Parts: sequence; structure tokens; C-alpha cells
Amino acid sequence: MMREMTGAEMVMQALIDQGVEHIFGYPGGAVLPIYDAMFHQNQVRHVLVRHEQGAVHMAEGYARSSGKVGVVLVTSGPGATNAVTGLTDALLDSIPVVCITGQVPTHLIGSDAFQECDTVGITRPCTKHNYLVRDINDLARVLHEAFYVAQNGRPGPVVVDIPKDVQFARGTYVGPENIQHKTYQPRLNGDPEKIRTAVELLAKARRPVLYTGGGVINSGPEASRLLREFARLTGFPVTSTLMGLGAYPAADKQWLGMLGMHGTYEANMTMHDCDVMLCIGARFDDRITGRLDAFSPDSKKIHIDIDPSSINKNVKVDVPIIGDVKHVLSDMLTLWRATKAEPDRQALASWWGQIDRWRARKSLSFQNSDAVIKPQHAIQRLYHAVKDKDVYITTEVGQHQMWAAQHFRFEEPNRWMTSGGLGTMGYGLPAAIGVQVAHPESLVIDIAGEASIQMCLQELSTALQFNLPVKIFVLNNEYMGMVRQWQDLLHGGRYSHSYSESLPDFVKLAEAYGAVGLRCHRPGDLDAAIQEMISIDRPVLFDCLVDQKENCLPMIPSGKPHNEMILPDHPEALDEAIDEEGKMLV
Amino acid sequence: MSAHPEAAERHTLSMLVDNEPGVLARIVGLFSGRGYNIDSLTVSEVSHDSKLSRITVVTTGAPGIIEQIKSQLDRLVPVHRVVDLTVAGKSVERELALIKVRGKGEIRQEALLIADSFRARTVDTTLESFVFEITGKPDKIDQFVSLLAPLGLVEVSRTGVAAIGRGPDGM
Ligand SMILES: Cc1cc2nc3c(=O)[nH]c(=O)nc-3n(C[C@H](O)[C@H](O)[C@H](O)COP(=O)(O)OP(=O)(O)OC[C@H]3O[C@@H](n4cnc5c(N)ncnc54)[C@H](O)[C@@H]3O)c2cc1C
Ligand SMILES: Cc1ncc(C[n+]2csc(CCOP(=O)(O)OP(=O)(O)O)c2C)c(N)n1
Ligand SMILES: [Mg+2]
Repeated sequence: MMREMTGAEMVMQALIDQGVEHIFGYPGGAVLPIYDAMFHQNQVRHVLVRHEQGAVHMAEGYARSSGKVGVVLVTSGPGATNAVTGLTDALLDSIPVVCITGQVPTHLIGSDAFQECDTVGITRPCTKHNYLVRDINDLARVLHEAFYVAQNGRPGPVVVDIPKDVQFARGTYVGPENIQHKTYQPRLNGDPEKIRTAVELLAKARRPVLYTGGGVINSGPEASRLLREFARLTGFPVTSTLMGLGAYPAADKQWLGMLGMHGTYEANMTMHDCDVMLCIGARFDDRITGRLDAFSPDSKKIHIDIDPSSINKNVKVDVPIIGDVKHVLSDMLTLWRATKAEPDRQALASWWGQIDRWRARKSLSFQNSDAVIKPQHAIQRLYHAVKDKDVYITTEVGQHQMWAAQHFRFEEPNRWMTSGGLGTMGYGLPAAIGVQVAHPESLVIDIAGEASIQMCLQELSTALQFNLPVKIFVLNNEYMGMVRQWQDLLHGGRYSHSYSESLPDFVKLAEAYGAVGLRCHRPGDLDAAIQEMISIDRPVLFDCLVDQKENCLPMIPSGKPHNEMILPDHPEALDEAIDEEGKMLV
Repeated sequence: MSAHPEAAERHTLSMLVDNEPGVLARIVGLFSGRGYNIDSLTVSEVSHDSKLSRITVVTTGAPGIIEQIKSQLDRLVPVHRVVDLTVAGKSVERELALIKVRGKGEIRQEALLIADSFRARTVDTTLESFVFEITGKPDKIDQFVSLLAPLGLVEVSRTGVAAIGRGPDGM
């Protein structure tokens, strides 16, 4: 389609042509023409946020839960700089986001004009790609390219910075069908030779493991289905990173739980002792590997990843396969069947015997109490209350996030949204709002901490305005618990500024926003209170007062290998777990 | 303890990129942001029609780091192609330098002799100074400069390395 229109109209037209139904934004001088163009149409619904950081997290939640691109619209200067945290978050977690920013008119760029900032300069290192559009004739193409780049290959955030004069200028609009990207053509199919080597290695494995990650979610629901099929066919144990939870069903007997710093003992020991590791869409993050030279020392490693720069970045692998998870898994399955590959059942049985002994350590156990709500117990009760519902979970960052990952069980992909790479406190509430926009009929719960929730709490107002009945389940331990835990670990229990002083009355605060506030502090009242929360068809802030001193275990202290985990049956080891070298690490 | 305990190597990477605003900042930012070294950098448009520039970077790092640099560059959207000339076969590397020396009498004679033996051209002369132009491999230029150092070396301007693979094939 080719038509004459203004730049601002092109923005709306491009969004419509890209199938965008919702955008998250906040107006200002440099985007007023776009807001005006928005006024004249009703295909794209705009969600007015309360802070631009919230807009990006909403777009992330929307994208991660729906598989679509999340779209953000903010003004120049402070609008753009406020978005930076969200963009960085989306970059580290590979979330497809297109963020349109207004800019001062081209002739004023560089003059320190009112609300001018170097948006492309500031966002260059925190986006997958960005554009400053100086010419109206480039605008439509750039917008379509932005959507293409955001969602193809390894997904990520893309910024399109549009000066105000370009928004007013008239030019010819071209539709997405006429756009083909010259250079950016990520490879989807893995090298057949590498796939063959991988299948041979796996078929001969005696102690295999499937180490899966966020890339399985990125690759779409088909990838999760193929992963399940491959696991069933082979009988291999499956673990996942924080980012991949739900790709493999937690109810399945081959599921080992999450791995890594706060992963289960069985997942980490299986990784440590395996002889063949198949990494599927995960990036050997430091939360996973622990001490690098002691990471899974005796295994052959196969790595499926769409981004060549993820290969050999932290850990050298034996068989790199560059490609999209669903394509590569599908080829592996075909080859596995064609070659009638049959794993060594006897070796596998004894491997499972070993894994069951590790499981028997019950690394997620905790001392429950009748007097005070244990945070792990709260998550378990929440899980039991909602597990048969159509539920999506987001989190903030801290101990509550890890307890949610450990004790909530996910059976499906795209149901779990958390800030893994950047670890952004304040992510959970806006992300939940974004999820609720994409899934208006579903139950959406942000599992939060009392410190994190205060970082983007203003978005409660957004939830009210748009009738988005998100639930905020605050595990209130009156501490920045994760910080306090590290102070136990590294700094002799000196809790420097990690106490959550002067907390607001969350119930009254919720009411002030027009939401519902609930509070619970007795274990005996918990189930009823959770029931009440989920029965209310409005935003609810649930202040769940939990044990203030609980630490999150198990834990691999930084700088330690997988087989030196601290388990709940020996929590005292936490005090002297880290040596001088480990202290440097985060 | 390091993830890449291998010894550092010097590599010359050549890449074709879209000649668009910010592309150089993107590449330089990648190096500084990820802590990679830039020993030398040259950039210029090589095709006006297709708006392509060629960037040549000389960098040092352990083999694992060099591999990372290459794939990090390769995934930038405006980067068409990256070739590690150091591993891709034989290649030619050249650099141009302008060097100013100042002095009188014998020292002046000496400088001219050295310049002559390096096949440097004299591109500016005054009664008390010369500017030499020299082209060659970087270490030849290093050597030339070090010989001139005691003879009144004033300043040096070097282009950085341009490089290209030998043989009939292009990158
Ligand atoms: C307080 C805190 C504690 C944490 N503790 C843990 C912990 O104990 N355990 C844990 O696992 N994490 C933990 N994390 C999260 C951790 O920091 C990382 O975010 C996470 O481990 C990375 O997950 P991933 O490897 O799956 O990679 P992701 O960040 O999800 O990256 C996905 C990978 O897959 C690739 N990819 C993307 N799309 C595709 C595709 N279509 N096909 C193929 N490949 C693709 C990408 O290139 C990338 O390499 C913690 C975070 C916080 C904040
Ligand atoms: C924006 C931001 N600032 C600081 C941190 C460092 N940090 C990580 S966890 C944490 C404490 C979180 O406290 P809370 O939300 O109460 O969760 P808890 O650990 O108590 O469950 C802090 C400060 C962070 N992750 N994000
Ligand atoms: Mg807390």
C-alpha cells in the first residue's frame, strides 16, 4: 500500500499494519502529533502509564505472555531516559519490544534544546538496534524494519527516535509487505552435520541432561512441544533456567526443577556429573555455571542457540548448533527416529537412580511454622489455590522471586514473567498489567517484595484506570531480604540499610488508589485470604506478613562449583561459605 | 581465574557495514562496553552506490575473546560481513604515516638518510624541518619512528591499518 500522509499518521498506520492492538505510552511535547494521530483512529488501544519505565515493563509482560511484540510510545528527553531501565531489561532477557520516542525537531538537534537528549546515543548499548529518522521518506521502512529486527533472531528492544518535524512532514507510506531487510537474516536451521554429531553423542550418553532456557520460550509454543517430545522419546532428565520455566511441565517425572544458584540440588548435581549436556536456548549465565573451571567438568556439551555470540561466551562447547530451537529440535527428532537411536537404558536407569538419591535430599524443604507465615509456604498455598485456573505469574526481584521460581509450578510456557538478566526491582507490577492487557480474562498475579513493589507502585493507578484486575501478592518480610541474605553471607550479618524502614500501610495505600487492600499474618488465615484475593474482580494488593529472617536456600555461593551447594539441612554453612575471591563476584 | 586462559593474539578484522549515522559509534561502543581492545581502527566508504563502508580493526585478545568479538560484531544489524583476516589466509596490511622532525646540521642529514633507506617521501621541507610520508606494515613504521626519535621527532600522524586478503576472492 502506498499513500501520502504525515509522519505521525505513518506511525499509526505502521502499527495497524503490524497488527498492533495495544501500546503503552506517556505523552509529551515531542510526541503530540502522534498522540493526535492516535486520536483519529480506534484500532490501536493506548494504555496510559504513570512512568515510562512502567510502559516498557508492561510491553515486556505483554510480549512474553503473548508472543507478540510489545510497543511503547514516549516523549523526548525524560520520557526516553525513563525508558532506559526497561529497555536494558528487555535486552538482557531477549524480549521483543519496539519503543518509539519523540525527539526535538531536526534543526534543533545538538543545540541542547528543551527536553533534548541523545536518545540513540543513550540507548545504543541497551537496545538490539536503534534508529534516528531524519527523513520522512525513511520513516515507514524504518518502522517496519524495527518490528522485523525486534522479533527475528534473538529478540530484543528496538528504539525508533522520531524528531517532531518528521512527525509533521508529509511523505509516502509503504506497507510492511514491501520491506525486506538487506543484512539481518538470522539463521534458523542448524548445520545438519552438527545435528548428526549431536544425535550420536546423545544416543551414546550414559548420564545425559537437557539444560533448557529462555530461548525455548522465545522460539514459541512449538519449541516447548518438541522439547517435551524429545524428552519423552529419550527419557532424559530436564532442568531449566529461571527464564525457561514452563517450557517443560513441572508435573512431569523427568523434571528436575530449576538449576543454578537457587536451583535444586538434583538439577545442579545432574549438571555437574553428567557426561553429555544438551543446552537448548540458554546462555551459560553465571547464576548457572558457578565457578567456571569446575562447571560440569566431565561432559561433552552441545549448545543450540540462535545467537552465535552466545556460543563459547562463558563456557566452551563441543558441538555448537546455531539455529532456532524449534527448527533444530525438529531436525534432531527426525534424525533420532530415522537412525533408530536408542539410549543405553541400563546406564540411564542407574543415572536416574543416582538422581533420585539427590532428590531425596529434598533441597527445597523448609521448617514450616504455625506461628508465622513462612514465605515458601505462602507461595505453596498460593499455588494450590490457583493451579487449576488460567493463571500468569510475574515477580519483582529478590528472595520472593526465587521462592516463586522454586515453589510455584509451571506446566505451560509464557505463564511466567520475571526479570532475570537485569534483575530489575519494579518489573513485576507493570509486567503484570501488560500481561493482563494481553489476557483480560486470566488471573494475573505479581509475586512481590515490600521493597520492590514500591519502585513502580504508581502503576496501580494504570490498573485501575483500565480495569485490569491484577493481584499483587507481597511477601512482606520488612527487609530487602536478598540484600540481607548477602550481608549474612559476605559481611558478617551487618545489615547496613537493608531494613525496610517506614513502610506504608499497604492496605490503606491500595485503598487510596481505589484498589482493594488485604492483609494476612497468621498461617491459619492464609488460605481464606488468598481465596478472597482471587475472588475479587479488581486490583488487589495483598500484604502477606512473613517470617522476617528466612533465607533463600538452597544456594550455590558465588565462586563455588555446583557440588558445593548449601542445603536447608545445613543452613549454618551460609556464614562462612564464600572465600575472598568469591566476595568480588555478585 | 579466567574463562579464557589462553595467551593474547593480535588479529585484524575487516568488516563491511552500512554507511549510516552512528555505525562507527556502535562498533566502538561495542569494544569499549565489553572491554575489548582497539589497537588500530580505520573507516572509509568503499562503495558510494550501495552506501557501504569498510572498517578495519586491529585488536588483541585470547582466541576465545577474538571469536566473541567477531560474533558480537556480526550480530550488529548494519554489519554485513566480518572477516578475521588473520585466520582467513594470507593478507596484506598497510598503514600510512606522516612524521615531522625538526633539526639542523648533521641531524638533518641523518634523518634524510634514514628516510631514504625506508623509502619514505619528503612531503614538506623548511630550513629546520621535514615531514616524511611512509607507507608499509605497521612494524616498519614503528621502526622508522623509533630511528627518528633521537633526531628531533616532533609529531607522528598514522592512519591505522588498512588490510585486504591476498588472491582473487573478495570478502
Ligand atoms: C536474584 C536473582 C537470582 C537468580 N538466580 C538464578 C538461578 O538460581 N537460576 C537461574 O537459572 N537463573 C537465575 N537468575 C536469572 C539469571 O540471572 C539469568 O537471567 C538466567 O539464568 C538466564 O537464562 P537463560 O540462560 O535461559 O537465558 P536467556 O536470557 O533467556 O537467553 C536466552 C538464550 O537463548 C537464545 N535464544 C533466544 N531465542 C532463541 C531461539 N528462538 N532459538 C534458539 N536460541 C534462542 C539467546 O540467544 C540466549 O542465548 C537469577 C536472577 C536474579 C535476579
Ligand atoms: C532497581 C534495583 N535496585 C537494587 C537492586 C538490588 N536488590 C536486589 S534484591 C533487593 C531487595 C529486594 O527486596 P524485596 O523486594 O523486599 O524482596 P525480598 O528479597 O525481601 O523478597 C535489592 C535491593 C535491584 N535488583 N534492582
Ligand atoms: Mg522484602
